[in-house]
Amino acid sequence: MRRVAIVGAGMTKFIRRAQETGKELSFEAANMALNSCELTIKDIDCIVMGTAPDAFDGVHMKGEYLADGAGAWRKPYMRSFVGGGTGVFAVIQGWYHVASGLFDTCLVVCEEKMSSCQPHPQGAFLTIFDNIIERPLGPNLLWIFALEMNRYMSVYKIPKEEIALVAVKNKRNAKDHPCALLGEDITVEDVLKSEVLAWPVQRLDVSPISDGAAAVVLASEDRARRITDKPVWIDGVGWCLDTTYWTNRDLAYPRYVEAAAIMAYKMAGITDPRREIHIAEPYDPFDYKELHHMEGLLLCDKGEAPKLTAKGVTSRDGELPVCPSGGLLGVGNPIAAAGLMKVCEIFWQLREEAGARQVTRKVRTGVAQAWGDLMQVGTVVVLRR
Amino acid sequence: MIRKVAIIGTGYIGCFPTSPHLSYKEMMFEAACRAYTDAGIDPRKDADGFVCVSEDFHEGTSIFDEYVPDQIGAYMKPVHTIAGDGIQGLIAAFLKIQTGLMNIVVVEAHSKASNMMFPEHITSLALDPIFNRPVLRNAYSIAAMEMRRYIYERKIPLEALAKVVIKNKLNALKNPSSAYPAYVDADEILAAERCFDPLSSWDIASYADGAFVVIVASEEVARNLKVKPVWIKGVGWCTETPSLETRDWVNATYAERAAEMAYRMAGIKNPAKEIDFAEVDDSFSYKELQHMEAIGLCRKGEAGYLVMEGETGIDGRIPVNPSGGSLGVGNLMDATGLMRIVEAVGQLRREAGRRQVEKAETAVVQSWRGIPTTTGAVVVLGI
Repeated sequence: MRRVAIVGAGMTKFIRRAQETGKELSFEAANMALNSCELTIKDIDCIVMGTAPDAFDGVHMKGEYLADGAGAWRKPYMRSFVGGGTGVFAVIQGWYHVASGLFDTCLVVCEEKMSSCQPHPQGAFLTIFDNIIERPLGPNLLWIFALEMNRYMSVYKIPKEEIALVAVKNKRNAKDHPCALLGEDITVEDVLKSEVLAWPVQRLDVSPISDGAAAVVLASEDRARRITDKPVWIDGVGWCLDTTYWTNRDLAYPRYVEAAAIMAYKMAGITDPRREIHIAEPYDPFDYKELHHMEGLLLCDKGEAPKLTAKGVTSRDGELPVCPSGGLLGVGNPIAAAGLMKVCEIFWQLREEAGARQVTRKVRTGVAQAWGDLMQVGTVVVLRR
Repeated sequence: MIRKVAIIGTGYIGCFPTSPHLSYKEMMFEAACRAYTDAGIDPRKDADGFVCVSEDFHEGTSIFDEYVPDQIGAYMKPVHTIAGDGIQGLIAAFLKIQTGLMNIVVVEAHSKASNMMFPEHITSLALDPIFNRPVLRNAYSIAAMEMRRYIYERKIPLEALAKVVIKNKLNALKNPSSAYPAYVDADEILAAERCFDPLSSWDIASYADGAFVVIVASEEVARNLKVKPVWIKGVGWCTETPSLETRDWVNATYAERAAEMAYRMAGIKNPAKEIDFAEVDDSFSYKELQHMEAIGLCRKGEAGYLVMEGETGIDGRIPVNPSGGSLGVGNLMDATGLMRIVEAVGQLRREAGRRQVEKAETAVVQSWRGIPTTTGAVVVLGI
């Protein structure tokens, strides 16, 4: 199999970007990624776009609309889509474009502009539910997460305080991220005292909506070695989509993330992820989700992730740093861009370019993961220096 | 190219002008079952990956990939959506097999256009919200402008466009799965009211419902199955620009570039000679001619003559759209590309019945994503 590396990365600030269109955000990120590895758009053979529902911007065929912003003028250009998992999946798609042998370089751009959906993007999320069975109930995304969080807490007897520690850690980590929206020092009490949205989900358990874009440049092995001394290899990819009928699933454990992780680990030759993975960026739109996904990624036993967090194992100076970027809770959650931001973070950490966010331990292998749909899809990428 | 990739099975249901008797899930299930039977594979055991093609606004559901796995036997498997054209979906599957990661990948696309109360309004939402939407109330006006520019530059008489409509609707009469077959004469077409001058309603393909599933596999797998493999010899795709202000209004540049890429891969130097028949996008009558020129089936300015002389009929020198195309079968939105693939595979396997073209060894299939896009894909198939 042809080896593919990430050679450059860039991202915009995640915040409400009322002044810029989605095209401009895409351009900004794409340009940063190209500049970071001293390439121009002429060096790029094909473009991959990742962006979540069209309903946010109210633009039909949003991929087509964003094409020129992402640099796709007169180039092969394709948009993939797996809901919230899109950010990491776009890298997988870029990977198979290059690994197929058809292209030597690929620019992967992920963009999301949620603020144009007024009064709140939750209105757009209403349209993700089954149009016959669920939509008449007017479901809110927070409700189904409340169901899942409750299930997770009651099956493994996890107190809310332990879950709140994730929000505390990630928002603190985000203080060092120049693109972050919500980097701040908060305490467990702050989380527990914040407004209840749908029990047990409270205001500070949730990531903020925002606008932003991120981009990475991929290259084949020989090209990558000519572009940079520090290529970061995409050694494993995996993705898995579970059944539509989420109401029939045990919400305590994300088996689809496990299946995606196993696929990626197998490809990367990883047999003992707990020892071989040094750093992780699991998807954390809600604080319990980080724990949920650490378990799905087989980085700890079921129900054990909160203990690792409490012991400080997952902090930046711990044995297994988790979401050193600040994650979606701290940096922000422009859906597809947030997923790609996780890949960017592992890229910078493995190259020791993360600045104030650089983790203490020496890291060689990292995993980034995103999740989406009706608690249904897992997308996983294993990166190595 | 590293690995040879074959189409080992196809299945479809449709096409219907409307389908109140079937949900999209039932249509997908039906098409998938037929494809699996055709290829002789079990999706739960044999398929390594799945690609579904859809656009949220066409479905009326955001994040539509949520609703695809169960009815095609794909749950707990690697599935993803391509928010693009059916042929782009096929290319995504082709690329995954090229990497060596997968051996059998299933591609699905469907159209449930009859669920859309006002499809034109939805198309208009694809316009740039700041620059174009306020001034263009109906996106069909883009096609009308392009048609006017194209027929002016190439000096194409409206009779030639009427001939395209007549031919495709006639071909559709021989295709049991077409939704809009007809005998129609040029006078009737030319007398029709111009709804978006110079476009008349005859020039616009009407929407139809249908579902299509195509299964692709690596050479090792394809050779071990009973079915006759149809090889994917070349693929290409391209997006020119979403900007109305700077695009090429005469030539279909996206199709030119996509074809260039596909022919290079397939080793085709002179497509006009080496291609036996073609399925090209005809969602508007003039588009068939524009796309024929773009993918090199004739020189620029020649397409009109070819059609007038009947060279593109089923028994002509270079049959174009033997299926009946979008004008005859129906506009299946992003599933149209897969409909054409299914047709080409049927022709190459010599299973096309009354519309079988005589020499069918190498085919080119081209698709366009419709107004207001400039995205297209090309696949070269052969036996």
